[in-house]
Amino acid sequence: MQTDFIVGSLQLNSVSIPVISDFLNFGDILGAIKARWAINRNNYKINPGLYAIGKPNENSNIFVTANYKLSFDHLRKNLKNIDSWILILDTKGINVWCAAGKGTFGTEELIKQIQQTKLVEIVNHKKIILPQLGAVGVSAHDVKKITGFHVIYGPVKASDIPDFINNKFTASREMRTVFFPFFERIKLIPVEIIGHFQYLIFAIAVFFILAGINSNGYSVDKAFDGGLKAMVMLLAGFLSGVAIAPALLPYIPVKQFFMKGAILAYIITGLLIYFFPGISLFENISWFFIVPAVSAFIAMNFTGTSTYTSLSGVLKEMKLAIPLQIIFAFIGLVLWIIGRFI
Amino acid sequence: MEHRYLKNVVTLKLDVEKCNGCKMCMIVCPHNVFIVEERKAIILNKDLCMECGACAKNCAQEAISVKPGVGCAAGILMGMLKGTEPTCDCTSDSGSSCC
Repeated sequence: MQTDFIVGSLQLNSVSIPVISDFLNFGDILGAIKARWAINRNNYKINPGLYAIGKPNENSNIFVTANYKLSFDHLRKNLKNIDSWILILDTKGINVWCAAGKGTFGTEELIKQIQQTKLVEIVNHKKIILPQLGAVGVSAHDVKKITGFHVIYGPVKASDIPDFINNKFTASREMRTVFFPFFERIKLIPVEIIGHFQYLIFAIAVFFILAGINSNGYSVDKAFDGGLKAMVMLLAGFLSGVAIAPALLPYIPVKQFFMKGAILAYIITGLLIYFFPGISLFENISWFFIVPAVSAFIAMNFTGTSTYTSLSGVLKEMKLAIPLQIIFAFIGLVLWIIGRFI
Repeated sequence: MEHRYLKNVVTLKLDVEKCNGCKMCMIVCPHNVFIVEERKAIILNKDLCMECGACAKNCAQEAISVKPGVGCAAGILMGMLKGTEPTCDCTSDSGSSCC
């Protein structure tokens, strides 16, 4: 576990509290890039507990976050020149919002950390600032009842903390809203690619093997030619669902995610077939079933990454999407195999 | 550009009788579903609700009910395969994790 952000320690009531840096070094930035590419992402965490930033005293503010290193880094870099206490909950290395959904960033863990770190002996106020998205797991009135600490929900983004403080600890409507702009969607694409990549490789391998089958038995040449074509088409469906659909999300004029993926796939398949037609009509038609099925499925999975889909909505979408995807993939595969024999 | 998801699907309910106008729902909602006027909360944009459950969790009057969950297709599929509730926890066997 990385600890080079600790730059000193503060002795208070005979306990030693680590003082952390408000500066992100090369290692922190590299770590963030790796996490975005799903490298070491599930083990990118720090020790829970109380930390100090700057020179906090008994009147300083207490900010709470998760023990996912990216969350922690976001908070400390935005507390530059703001002497504060940082209380880290044990969320098993998961970010605030997701951990709150799971309950690890929750009432119980917050109460436990408040008591374990003897917060009442460290500060002489009863105010504790949480990221707004932590509200999914934390019940402010229960925390108050048990610990006496009054939970104040701060802004969604740590970068708004200085404004939040200047604004008498009130988050404006803008600061309370979760947006999902283009740049943020793009940042999340690498993890989507890595997450779905193994299925793409598997599908391509299956098509390479099947492509050799024809009326004269099995041909390695045909396996290569047909497999290569299949690879291009599958890759197109993959990229359509994993990258283009998330990037263009609000601009595709349908609400269901699987439909967003399917519409893009039709456009892309149309272009590819027009410029690089297959060996038969059957094969050409087959791609209009397979590519949309692939793209729709992957785009549908982006509901989990997006910041605005409800469970009820996704369930409704899936009731239609899953059967359609299975039927389309099946019809497409049958047509494609028939195409091998013509 | 604003994102909009399906209409008339969410399970969010508000019992205005119980509301004391504390504004907590308005403060915690990431999609501005609520406004508070004359010490009573009003559901302004129901279709923007993502059922995160923050409002219900922080309503001391228990005036809000919602079936909270993650709107994650992969999590729902994983739950179906394992026979559990939809789960955001795809860490266990696929090696990747959502969110």
